[in-house]
Amino acid sequence: MSEPNKSTTNEKVRPITQLVLGAVFGIAFGFLLQKGGVAKYHILMGVLLLEDFTVIKVMLSAIIVGMIGVFSLHRMGLVQLHLKPTRYAANILGGLLFGVGFALLGYCPGTGAAALGQGNYDAVSGVLGLMVGSYLYAEASLVLSKSVEKWGDRGQLTLPNLVGLPTLTFVLGFVPLLAAVLWAIERAGSGG
Amino acid sequence: MKVGATIPATFGLLLIACPVGAAELSADPNAYSEPAWSPYLVGSLIGLLSMMTFYFSNKPLGASTAYARVAGMIGSAIAPRHTASLKFYQDKKPRVDWEVMLVVGAIGGAFLAAWTGNELTLRWTPAMWEARFGDSVGLRLAVAFVGGVLMAFGARLAGGCTSGHGISGTMQLAVGSWIAVICFFVAGIAVAMLMFQI
Repeated sequence: MSEPNKSTTNEKVRPITQLVLGAVFGIAFGFLLQKGGVAKYHILMGVLLLEDFTVIKVMLSAIIVGMIGVFSLHRMGLVQLHLKPTRYAANILGGLLFGVGFALLGYCPGTGAAALGQGNYDAVSGVLGLMVGSYLYAEASLVLSKSVEKWGDRGQLTLPNLVGLPTLTFVLGFVPLLAAVLWAIERAGSGG
Repeated sequence: MKVGATIPATFGLLLIACPVGAAELSADPNAYSEPAWSPYLVGSLIGLLSMMTFYFSNKPLGASTAYARVAGMIGSAIAPRHTASLKFYQDKKPRVDWEVMLVVGAIGGAFLAAWTGNELTLRWTPAMWEARFGDSVGLRLAVAFVGGVLMAFGARLAGGCTSGHGISGTMQLAVGSWIAVICFFVAGIAVAMLMFQI
């Protein structure tokens, strides 16, 4: 649905430039993930064991800054949004399957790359598994697209749409809420 | 067009300014200590990085599709006609794209970060894993492989991973992304508890 859109705007950027930008952004991304500690097995497992909340702190900070930034740029007409479709059954089933894999592997696709760069050689096995799993999905993609991915397909649904508020109003309420969650985690952590 | 010039300049300044705000680097590679940089600083910079990828590349940060594209390239080399017949690879061509470069870059970036911070681990089994499951490299690699398979299948079905849904999708307030990331954690917590606390 956003595919035709995407290809026209991407023509502004030469393909080779796009690849170089991807590598540069990737270096920055991997650097930040490692410095934030989220390339480490015990930090990633720590959040799943509800013992260490570094992952949540990184994610929520990124979401808050990115949300304000990307919606501001969008209002200025400088960027396009890239909303992934909401498909209830696929989001839930795929999400749960992902979570099982997350606990077994201990890294996710982005932090796995960072873990590998950091010298966690076991991430190599995870990377191979990720490629095999992707290919298995491709084998099943036709069947899944006609079944599970059709169940509860709501298209590009956003939280503001869902509650019936303008995006700006929603963001103005949601950012303090997410900040409050971070504050509560920090307080619970330091309060003992 | 003036805005177009000031925005890259602002991003540039922020990137130059960021190491100044960084905390002291920690030295022990396997200590269960604080991360090298504050998670709030790192998260905020990842938020800024997202703005930059939207602006300069017209792309959200995301990692999982890269593995699917590389798998498709390998599939195309081994079974070209079969791979080309699969619906997924008709929609997402198996080739090196922006996201593949992002993941390759992330490996390099993490190496630089670990190297400069004296945090290179260079080991086959994480210390926490060894303490619970022993030092068998084979067992760790087998479990990691199975985890990777399930994770990638789940990511493709759900439409993204911890980056694509968990950061990029949630910041754009996509309902499906919030549902997916909650499910990542619900199942992840359940299995991690079974592994480490039973």
